[in-house]
Amino acid sequence: MALPAQGRIAYIKARLLDPATGLDGPGGLLADGEHIVDFGQGLFQPEGLPEGTRIVDCCGSCLAPGLVDIRMQLREPGYEYKESVQGACWAAVKGGVTSMVCLPNTLPVIDDVATVEFVARRARLIGLTKIYAYGAATKGLQGIELAEMGLLAKAGAVGFTDGIHPIADALVMRRALSYAATFGLTIVQHPEEPSLAAGGVMNEGEVATRLGLTGIPACAESILLARDLRLVELTGSRYHAAHISTAEGLETLRRAKDKGLPVSCDTAPFYFSLNELAVSDYCTFAKLSPPLRCEKDRQAVMEGLCLGLIDAIVSDHAPQDQDSKRRPFSQAASGGVGLETLLAVTLELYHNGHMSLLSALHLVTAGPANLLGLEAGRLMRGGAADLVLFTPDTAWIVVADVSGSKKSKKSPFDNRPVQGRVLRTVIDGRTVFSASAAAEESV
Amino acid sequence: MSPTLQSPQTSISLLQKSSYPIFWAAYLHDFGQRICMIMNMSAFRHRHLLSIQGLTPVEIESLLDRADSYVTHNRETSNKKKNLLHGCTVTNLFFEHSTRTRTSFELAGKRLGADVINMPIATSSMSKGETLIDTAVTLNAMHLDVLVVRHPDSGAVTLLAEKVNCAVINGGDGTHEHPTQALLDALTIRRRMGRLSGLIVAICGDILHSRVARSNICLFNIMGARVRVIAPQTLLPTGIEALGVEIHHDMRTGLRGADIVMMLRVQNERMSGHFIPSIREYFSFFGLDYAKLAVMKPDALIMHPGPMNRGFEIESDVADDVERSVIREQVEMGVAVRMAVLEILVNNQKR
Repeated sequence: MALPAQGRIAYIKARLLDPATGLDGPGGLLADGEHIVDFGQGLFQPEGLPEGTRIVDCCGSCLAPGLVDIRMQLREPGYEYKESVQGACWAAVKGGVTSMVCLPNTLPVIDDVATVEFVARRARLIGLTKIYAYGAATKGLQGIELAEMGLLAKAGAVGFTDGIHPIADALVMRRALSYAATFGLTIVQHPEEPSLAAGGVMNEGEVATRLGLTGIPACAESILLARDLRLVELTGSRYHAAHISTAEGLETLRRAKDKGLPVSCDTAPFYFSLNELAVSDYCTFAKLSPPLRCEKDRQAVMEGLCLGLIDAIVSDHAPQDQDSKRRPFSQAASGGVGLETLLAVTLELYHNGHMSLLSALHLVTAGPANLLGLEAGRLMRGGAADLVLFTPDTAWIVVADVSGSKKSKKSPFDNRPVQGRVLRTVIDGRTVFSASAAAEESV
Repeated sequence: MSPTLQSPQTSISLLQKSSYPIFWAAYLHDFGQRICMIMNMSAFRHRHLLSIQGLTPVEIESLLDRADSYVTHNRETSNKKKNLLHGCTVTNLFFEHSTRTRTSFELAGKRLGADVINMPIATSSMSKGETLIDTAVTLNAMHLDVLVVRHPDSGAVTLLAEKVNCAVINGGDGTHEHPTQALLDALTIRRRMGRLSGLIVAICGDILHSRVARSNICLFNIMGARVRVIAPQTLLPTGIEALGVEIHHDMRTGLRGADIVMMLRVQNERMSGHFIPSIREYFSFFGLDYAKLAVMKPDALIMHPGPMNRGFEIESDVADDVERSVIREQVEMGVAVRMAVLEILVNNQKR
């Protein structure tokens, strides 16, 4: 149950980072209750603060707006055996994620006002990461009839998508885009032409041929994107392409952006830090949708991020239970967890010299928040005190948490050495995760 | 033809071409092989036989040598049964229908004196929804020695091998590999041609869905033969050229000067109208008949892993060609190869 935030808290001696305004410098931040009162470079000497203010000495660590993840799968309602809302929220706060948007592929599907409200209520009761929901674009994610987008938006849905399924029918897509435009809503697409991807379990190419697995060609992505972008031109609606994984998909998007169409896209850490070789030896934990692509595509995604062609990085958190993964590759379920590693793997972009720390953070804070118009991902006087305190350089190794639980915590990043550790996550002024407290707990 | 006849030649050519260290390496290698032979050990030291990919020429040669000795043994009329594997249990776990491979393994096991059990899909609990891992746990409790597995999913046999205590032989997994088929093909060729390296092998037909093709491509590349694949573009997997093959879409160029042609089965029910327009059209371009055979070397061999579709991918007369068709011989080599693999894997377990 959410506890009310305690009084005034001053975070001092921090390295303040706000990607939205480009702020990067030593300073402090003062929160009162749930809101940010003031922040700035060189602010706050302990003696200058009002009576009764609690002081958090950041010791030079980075203080940034909490991360915003606009693509994750919630397994409740319906698939509690894969992960509970509580479990997802814990993973999120450990990873510094303070707001996240879930896909509508729950059971029942989020195509009804009641389900939107259910998710909102569960999130409020747990009182950790703020959860927003996408509404289904079509009823039951069937890709046939439009869902009640207007009512769903009124109930709080922030965008519309068929989740892990593409909206395949061109006419349905055209109508979904037109209808969404009526209300100024965004359609989010999983760009994969289903007839080309049918039966495919990994990227098409040499590795798939060697392993004897059916491949999904890279053009499955660009073909559906090309069609959609033409429909966007026709309807003028806002369109967002999720988890772009190929060079040709990015090229298609680049042309649309050059034309000035209202389109945006995101990618997940998997697609710029791993390639199809992770699947060798039939490793089902590297079975993802879209599949991990070849090295050339990975580099293109990286370049897309550097050039600003890709607007956001999402976790694409898709937990699966062990039974769905411990199967022959073609029968195993797709997806892996990603919330806890979102920050650390994103920071690889900074550590490897591809971009500045602020630019990397922008992709997981203000970038995604702006796309959906969420009031998050930036430091704002009077705004919610959703913060993450982290050290960008601390090294650690991603370890699968398999503490006797049937629910899988395995990710394609297991055993990967990464840099960047979350020390503290603050949501609405309350510290919901603290690395030092977690360390004490585990002792 | 045994490779011992080959090795002096190899050593000499190495000596002529290059310096002493390589000669010594070859010499020591040869010496090591002889020691192995004297002590009745094989250079093949793996616990399982899951794929051809990853094997070395020496390992393959040693499997073929052992198999060669069983060919002679099997031709003896009086007593074919040995008791090398007396007391061992070999289980054929087949998640896919098979008569030939299963019978071949069964016969191989029985000839060596092992107890052979068949577990076909129809009666197994997989059809009741049991997972592969559960099946592995169940089998573990029965203390088997060798498990022969065929499964419709690529990689399933590897997964099973990770979970069981006994030796596992891949009897074909999805469209991945069928290692014993490649070994028996290699043995057939080696006995006829005396060697594998330098030969031109043309594999023709449905490469896309063929595990036999993948295992053979690997094996012939490892052994220094040249591999060509001949098929319409729809029946070739993407990136096949990276596996070290020449691609041909025309039988005339693909078969020109080749030593071996391997015809693959065309599954009519899956193919027609999807990957190829019709069997009639397929046969006219990719079916093997005497006209197409004419461009091959005069002593070229015709092979087929079976079961054949006469008139679909191969003309009946060609399949029965007494001189050049070795299709019947392949079946015979199959038993010998499987005996060798069973024996070596059981021996490796003891060590």
